[in-house]
Amino acid sequence: MSTRIDPEISPDAGLAAADQAVLEIEDVDIVYRTSGGPLHTVRDVSLRIARGESYGLVGESGSGKTTLARGAVRFLPSNGSVTKGRVRLSGTDLLGASQNEMRKLWGARIGMVHQDPSAAVNPAMRVGNQLDEMGRTHLGMSKAQARVKSLEMLNRVGMPDPEAVVERYAHQLSGGMLQRVLIASALTTDPELLIMDEPTTALDVTTEAVILDLVQELLGSVRHAVLFITHNLGVVARVCDTVGVMYAGEVVEEGPVKTVFKQPLHPYTVGLLGAVPRLTAGKADLELVAIPGFIPRPDALPPGCIFAPRCPMVIDECRAARPQLVDVGPGQRSSCIRWVDVPEEAERPRPVRDTSGESFSGYGRELLEVRDLKKYFKGRGAGKGRSAAVKAVDGISARVTEGFTLGIVGESGCGKTTFIRCVSGLEEPTAGEVLLQGNKLAPSVTDRPYDALKKIQMVFQNPDVSLNPQRTVGDIIARPVQQLGAVPKAEVPQRVAELLQAVHLPQAYAARLPQELSGGEKQRVAIARAFAAEPALVICDEPISSLDVSVQASLLNLLAELQRSAGTSYVFVSHDLAAVRHISDWIAVVYLGRLWEVGPTARIFEPPLHPYTEALLSAIPIADPEIERERVRLTGSVPSAVNIPSGCRFHTRCPRKIGDICEREEPPWRDGKKDHSICCHIPLAELAASQRHALDGMYGSADAVGSAAPAPADTGVGDAEGSSTGSDTGAEVGPDTGAEAGSGRGGS
Amino acid sequence: MLRYLLRRLGLIILTVLAASLIIFAITQFLPGDVARLIVGQFATEQAVENVRVELGLDKPIHIQYLNWLGGFVTGDWGQSLTSRVPVRPLVFDRLWNSSWLAFLALLFYVPLGIFLGVLAALRRDKPSDSVITAFGMTFAGIPEFVTGLVLISVFAFGFKWLPANSSIAPGATFWEALPQLILPAITVSLVSLGYITRMTRASTVKVMDADYTRAAYLKGLPRYQVLLKHVLRNSLLPTVTVIFMGIGWLIGGLIVTEQVFGYPGLGRLIVGAVQKQDLPLIQASSMVVVTVFAISNLIADLLYVVLNPRIRLQ
Amino acid sequence: MDQEQPPPITKPSRFKRAADVWGRVRRHPPTVIGLAIVVFFLLMAVFGPVIAPYKFSDQIATARLQGPSWEHWFGTDQFGRDVMSRLLWGARDIFLVAGFGTALAVLAGATLGLISGYAGRWVDEGVMRFLDVLLSLPPLLLAMVLLGSVGPSRFNIIIVVGVLYVPMVARVVRSVVLDIKTREFVEAAKLRGERGSYIMSREILPNALPALAVESSMRFSYAIFLVASLGFLGLGVQPPAPDWGLMVNEARSWFDQAPWMLFFPAGAIAFLIVGVGFLSDGMRRILWPTGVSE
Repeated sequence: MSTRIDPEISPDAGLAAADQAVLEIEDVDIVYRTSGGPLHTVRDVSLRIARGESYGLVGESGSGKTTLARGAVRFLPSNGSVTKGRVRLSGTDLLGASQNEMRKLWGARIGMVHQDPSAAVNPAMRVGNQLDEMGRTHLGMSKAQARVKSLEMLNRVGMPDPEAVVERYAHQLSGGMLQRVLIASALTTDPELLIMDEPTTALDVTTEAVILDLVQELLGSVRHAVLFITHNLGVVARVCDTVGVMYAGEVVEEGPVKTVFKQPLHPYTVGLLGAVPRLTAGKADLELVAIPGFIPRPDALPPGCIFAPRCPMVIDECRAARPQLVDVGPGQRSSCIRWVDVPEEAERPRPVRDTSGESFSGYGRELLEVRDLKKYFKGRGAGKGRSAAVKAVDGISARVTEGFTLGIVGESGCGKTTFIRCVSGLEEPTAGEVLLQGNKLAPSVTDRPYDALKKIQMVFQNPDVSLNPQRTVGDIIARPVQQLGAVPKAEVPQRVAELLQAVHLPQAYAARLPQELSGGEKQRVAIARAFAAEPALVICDEPISSLDVSVQASLLNLLAELQRSAGTSYVFVSHDLAAVRHISDWIAVVYLGRLWEVGPTARIFEPPLHPYTEALLSAIPIADPEIERERVRLTGSVPSAVNIPSGCRFHTRCPRKIGDICEREEPPWRDGKKDHSICCHIPLAELAASQRHALDGMYGSADAVGSAAPAPADTGVGDAEGSSTGSDTGAEVGPDTGAEAGSGRGGS
Repeated sequence: MLRYLLRRLGLIILTVLAASLIIFAITQFLPGDVARLIVGQFATEQAVENVRVELGLDKPIHIQYLNWLGGFVTGDWGQSLTSRVPVRPLVFDRLWNSSWLAFLALLFYVPLGIFLGVLAALRRDKPSDSVITAFGMTFAGIPEFVTGLVLISVFAFGFKWLPANSSIAPGATFWEALPQLILPAITVSLVSLGYITRMTRASTVKVMDADYTRAAYLKGLPRYQVLLKHVLRNSLLPTVTVIFMGIGWLIGGLIVTEQVFGYPGLGRLIVGAVQKQDLPLIQASSMVVVTVFAISNLIADLLYVVLNPRIRLQ
Repeated sequence: MDQEQPPPITKPSRFKRAADVWGRVRRHPPTVIGLAIVVFFLLMAVFGPVIAPYKFSDQIATARLQGPSWEHWFGTDQFGRDVMSRLLWGARDIFLVAGFGTALAVLAGATLGLISGYAGRWVDEGVMRFLDVLLSLPPLLLAMVLLGSVGPSRFNIIIVVGVLYVPMVARVVRSVVLDIKTREFVEAAKLRGERGSYIMSREILPNALPALAVESSMRFSYAIFLVASLGFLGLGVQPPAPDWGLMVNEARSWFDQAPWMLFFPAGAIAFLIVGVGFLSDGMRRILWPTGVSE
């Protein structure tokens, strides 16, 4: 145990060789000294990672996963320290090592890849010089040798044109390229331990997929031990062998990825898996399983099991004593004393929504119509009359009918946010019009009458900045009630109370300031504010993406519930296809300021798909390690909206590009079944044929849509939903930019 | 890049023009009649009127402004009302003296300020940081006339090491004048020293917290290498700007310091001119100061662009 | 407008914040020192003339240039005036002149910055270019030339301090407004049809106040610096006023005979400015930790 293990011994020993542990963490406690007293951020954590093993550490924000990793490699802020336990790297004691000894280990035997690649690269130094530092410091190389090594490493991580890249500065490279640079840098010394701390969180889903492919490939070829930190269960399922689930500073469950995902034996793991929206089902079919409450602060831990206050299976014994991790299966450990009783997936109560008792009539009337909306921004630093316009939105038309949700998906920078800001009037569109119930709306929000304002409200992305920090929750909700709702002053408190109740917040919260609320609670206040004056349309701009998974689920449920009871329409914008899938009746896919595919939700998830939609779907990491999916990957990043590619704007990245025609001509709109339309040069039948097998198992479980593969597209969920979203009642979206788009659709 | 340079240059010229308008406008409020001052108390009305016409003071105000500006640009800066000497050589002579002092001060406080700022940042929240920060703030808060007088009483009257009066003789060489320059140079430096120390500390602390600095440490680079290549390269960038922007402070400090030490610089010239309400002298020397200030701001801008790859390579 | 909301639990919450602020002040010695100094001088400004043994202009012909004694704690000057009494009277002067000057700059600057930042476009462009021109003149030079022209009365000094510091305050407020303006609670206010004046005064301004408070305190220390320097140059308040800067200037000629004439006012000036500076820095740490200085 105490002797250093020679890395050359049996290089093929797999993860089974437990005595080959590269990283051993035993009983570690990490404490931060703060002005409010010590914070025990990590408690009694033990884990070991073997050679060639990839260990995924998952947890929500505040679970202590990053602190654990930093503490293990002795890189804590000055007020943090490891107060207990042992950490060994291939036998070398890390906690006893001096700063100088650690410095020799960092980089050489421990590689690190950080969360935000654009911040982790020095902006004032050429990328190549930063890479060379590794070779020069740790491998004793000369400048020239180090450069050769750097180029070799860049080649290995699949960097296009490494010779050019080494001369660049950080701001000249995209996030995906910078993350490749950082991975190359970390791997230069072939370290025993590679720590990746949320390496794809800051990236777009399509870039994330490419980087994860790279990580997977590298892990296959190099026998490092990898500690992979993430909040995303799908990512763990894709790249890890073992998973450890952290909650409030403790590991609550651990085991082989395949086992844990299939049969989790801790209620928290069960909860996390249940909270993720599926690509197979929407709000009509099931409610997400939210975990009530929130993660306790390390200075206010409950007695006994730390998860007890939020646990659906809690019994009195849980609160009595702190449980230990116990072996519950081959390689699997859980800290739940009732692990035997954790139900298997089939037995788990799936909260399928009972729709029989509800009857809301009023669907079908058109609420919002957007005609050929365009928004160009003036280019920066143009000068000399060379006004380069940024075409953020370049001709989007859409319709929303009462009581329905239109989901808009696309990567960051595709124009989806600009589009909804134009609809709400926060930006004035360059061209096009917005009609509400048939009446044309003024382009700017300042010119719209109260009556129109009342009907369109928004829920914003980041609840930390969408609530005025100086106002109490009561004030924040009361103001729109009074301003738009025309409620008599005396009745305002009553109405505020109703709204708080509707978003499931206690009445006492009216007196709180936003800073006294958790992120999810703040977003509930923001939702209550949006609903204050009984709007007809609520525009949700990435409303859940800044929140933790378990909170996301409860907010999606809340939105669905409010829609059912009030008949409100939503425009729901997100980069998260699963969330959009869950909440939307209709979906529009946006890329570079245009729509490429529109249709009822179920249709978007089965062939034929637009190649871009196909790539988006294929990129989503799914929380099921059993799935092997066909990979459709996009190369490069979204082109600048200043120089939009000719012909089909997607041709520069399209994996199904058919030839010159894509570069020359704008593609036509092609109409499929039930108001499903795709804008592509490839005929729908051809697309569908080539995509059938590719989508097998795409969605994680074979029961619903998976069956659509061989059968005609009319079965499965599509049918179930078809009854409620009949062709003349749903929201309809279309580009209306060319004659061909208008001709194909009768409808409203 | 060239276009940027030209644009900045144009902007500077516009700014100086606008400042000239302000100076001209303010000095119109000066009490007293310039023509009367020139010909003296006992001259006839006619004589005053003649001078008035000669100086163009009978013309409308905007013509007067244009005449004055034209004169300034072509080098005709007029005559001092009190000492009856041409203004231009006088101003340049004093500007030369002041720049010696300024140069010496810069040489003292820039390196020292950067050193102390970086040191404080490296020892963040330790006693040495607190001491440096407290001293920096104290220096930045004590007016030059207080520090100057304290220095005089200690080093001139107390130890008798250095002269209290710095009215250097005309034609003295730099080395001859040096002993007389030391105390004023230190005096004028202290405020800026505190300021530079503080700004350098702030920017260095920020860079030390940056992800890329952490990444550099975790690459296992030696501490000095992280510091030189990763931290200072980024943290001194704003400091360069701060140094040149701080020239405005330096000018203010020079005005007071020169007064304390009786140093024959531009600042003292201006104080005297304002006290004696010597209109041409006030106008010309103010314009010179404004131009110097504008040029230093221009240099600050350009250096920032040149040193910052993010902007340079756009 | 929103007082009809019964806020019973709001008050404890705000109290808690105040207590929190005091807790943080207490843990930072420089801030405590700064606060103590400022309070000391403030008391001096309020009660100084009352407790001063003599009037600032009282000349005791028999006691010229006397060193500190029980009779005259800080000695007397060349006219036999009691230095301590003059200091006590002068404290009020410097607080009033620098204080009103700062208040003027803060009021005008905050208004300009708020409007300029919120309105944007040509309003912003115009206001900022104008302020840039004012900034192109070194402050002390501008103050001297202005005062030389309009004459150095107290009122004029206040106006000059105000004019001088408007651009700095306006810039800081504007940058804060530009930041707050894009926050989504402002957009939510627009979406419910609030007027520009409401958004500026009720949504943006309260959030800009911490920054404004820090900036004001810093401006105040600069204002004292400037007023004292002007006094020293003889361009501030004229004799026989007990202006501290002026006292230092007068004392220079008597330095070898009566150094106390110089040390006490010079020390008072230095202490006051440094005290305000420490306090201002402490306020920045507590109220506006993210803000950039200058």
